[in-house]
Amino acid sequence: MNLDFLINYILIPLVKIGIIFLILSGVIAYLTFLERKVIAFMQVRLGPMRVGPHGLLQPIADGLKLMLKEDIIPAQADRLVFMLAPIITLVPAFIVFSVIPFGAASTINLPAFSQNLFGQTLTYSGTSTGLFVTDVNIGVLYVLSISSIGILGIILGGWASNSKYPLLGALRSAAQMVSYEVALGFSIMGVLMMAGSLSLVQIVEAQRNAGTWYVFLQPVGFILFFICGVAETNRAPFDLPEAETELVAGFHTEYSGFRFSLFFLAEYAAMIVVGSMAVTLFWGGWLRPFPSVAALAFLDYIPSFLWFAAKVFVFLYCYLWFRASWPRYRYDQLMKVGWQVLMPIAIANVIVTAGLMLLFRG
Amino acid sequence: MRIEFGVRHVELMKHVPSPKSAIRNSQFAIKFMSTNETLFDATEITVSMGPQHPSTHGVLQVKLKLDGERVDDAQCVIGYLHRGVEKLGETQTWGQFVPTLDRMDYIAAVSSCLGYCETVEKLLGITAPPRAQYIRTLMTELNRISSHLLWLGTHALDIGAMTVFLYAFREREEILKIFENYCGARLTTHMFRIGGTQYELYEGFQEQVKAFTSTFPARVDEYETLLTENRIWIGRTRGVGVISAKNAIDIGLTGPALRGSGVAWDLRRAKPYAAYSDFQFDIPTGEHGDTYDRYMVRMEEMRQSIRIVNQAVDKIPDGPLMAKITKIIKPPVGDVYHSIEAPKGELGYYLVSDGATMAYRARVRPPSFVNLQALRQMVIGSMVADVVAVIGTLDIVLGEIDR
Repeated sequence: MNLDFLINYILIPLVKIGIIFLILSGVIAYLTFLERKVIAFMQVRLGPMRVGPHGLLQPIADGLKLMLKEDIIPAQADRLVFMLAPIITLVPAFIVFSVIPFGAASTINLPAFSQNLFGQTLTYSGTSTGLFVTDVNIGVLYVLSISSIGILGIILGGWASNSKYPLLGALRSAAQMVSYEVALGFSIMGVLMMAGSLSLVQIVEAQRNAGTWYVFLQPVGFILFFICGVAETNRAPFDLPEAETELVAGFHTEYSGFRFSLFFLAEYAAMIVVGSMAVTLFWGGWLRPFPSVAALAFLDYIPSFLWFAAKVFVFLYCYLWFRASWPRYRYDQLMKVGWQVLMPIAIANVIVTAGLMLLFRG
Repeated sequence: MRIEFGVRHVELMKHVPSPKSAIRNSQFAIKFMSTNETLFDATEITVSMGPQHPSTHGVLQVKLKLDGERVDDAQCVIGYLHRGVEKLGETQTWGQFVPTLDRMDYIAAVSSCLGYCETVEKLLGITAPPRAQYIRTLMTELNRISSHLLWLGTHALDIGAMTVFLYAFREREEILKIFENYCGARLTTHMFRIGGTQYELYEGFQEQVKAFTSTFPARVDEYETLLTENRIWIGRTRGVGVISAKNAIDIGLTGPALRGSGVAWDLRRAKPYAAYSDFQFDIPTGEHGDTYDRYMVRMEEMRQSIRIVNQAVDKIPDGPLMAKITKIIKPPVGDVYHSIEAPKGELGYYLVSDGATMAYRARVRPPSFVNLQALRQMVIGSMVADVVAVIGTLDIVLGEIDR
């Protein structure tokens, strides 16, 4: 009996999914901790210090608290939609990670074997796989489309609450995400044209072949992508849908307990998605710095996924930094920035990139 | 009895619809509080902002009529913090009433105290000795800085810049420490008495104040680096909550809210009280009367307050702290109005005496109350996000509005 299919397409992906899910949950939990600590540091205070040494157990205490809290569903709410909304937001945020390459291709090598067991011969021809669940040839498209499903959960959650602040928050986020998704799509066109592929693994490999990260070739595209990414994830200074000083808590005003924490998880997962995408598309993914300089080859001794994680954390730090530093945009200004500033620049970037490529590559 | 009660309780419960049946009854018609229209018909929704809202600075309620994000109408509902302060003035002796007034504008309790003490002194026909006057001026200016710092922090927080809040509180803490060293209290200080001040300055007071005034101007610059030239901040405050000088005067705006519109009216200069006539200071004014100008006016006022404190701290004269007054205060029959420039505007007291140990009528003219009148005019036609900016820029304290 040949085990190739069973192991390659079921067992290995399942193990990978399990590991990614566990690590991601931990990272999200400690991202909230990091956020509180980093912002506290910028605001001359200590942040959480009570639970565990330097408050290290705070995320666990928070998680427990949220799980044990009473789960209130408003009497006038649309119960089914109200309960579904957080799940609709959370699931896409996690699914997206299936195509993100955390480490180099062919880092895990399974040897071939054949063994007799209960009179049957089990054979396996061995495989070599990378640190990603799967490599889809339309990876970028997949990420963009799946992550925009999350917005449905926010709209439905705001609508189903049957309350005014959540409704306003939901409408804001709908408008915001739709407008910024367009500019986001245009901002990565340059990279796609240069890499000639939609597969995230291929894009990173293309950066290795080009000998440089795409951020140096596409600086405008990168800046646009990052701005739109921050807006997509509803983070400061674009955190209008949950602007607590205007809309109390925005779309999740009526949510409590575990359902609230699902929205929270989704938001932080989305932050990591945008960070990962920025790293993969512009910052060379799992590649070490200066992949073309042979003198720095010793950096390769650091595993590729650590390079990836380090780069992602630079972005996550920027998120927290923004939140500590900047005031919030107003709704109309947000739309203006999205449509009148980012969009034209993004389109111009695409045209200029195409022209330069024609000139230099013939 | 117990069983009876139980039965009645169960019967009552029968009439309460369960959430499920309520949804069945309401079908898909989502009903709004104030109208019977469904969401599909509604072009305008009424949102009750407050009294439990993070940025209504206490318990202000604003009923907003919204067309999408645009504000069509706004109505303030006040009174959630009403404690009958003015009535208490008629049941407490002249001296007992002072700590109650600290609870009005608890952010600037020193100003409330100063205004009242000076009003009663005016009624009695006495003046506090120069040393007391200097201490009063100094403390009131420090209090103005701490009040403006709290305004700055919450105003910026409302607009989304959260770090300024904590920076402002760091410096406010230094001022509160000076207050605590001086009189034992940080917030509701009860710092002055009718006729002067009770406490002598503590040892090291001048050094502590000088240490603060030497570092503080750099801190103001630090706040400004975070806000003044920030594009988002300018976008959120320029042209928001505009009020012309004429309208501001008509409504009766005072304090930075009036000066932001370009009217250089400051009671410290116009009708000097305490020891203000001895000091040099400028009156900053704005041009456009928008939120940004009021922000700049208050930032500059903090610098000017530091200037006054610096002048006062070196020249505190020696002498007695209290004027000669009787133990039991019985002002002559008559009435008096006296006002001072509190951090939020003109704080006036109108006291009527019938010769007894208590006021016949104690009336307060609180600046926040009058300034709040401008809210409606400022927010109509603007966005929801501007409402919080305007509430912030008016610098209201509900303890003072509701009294």
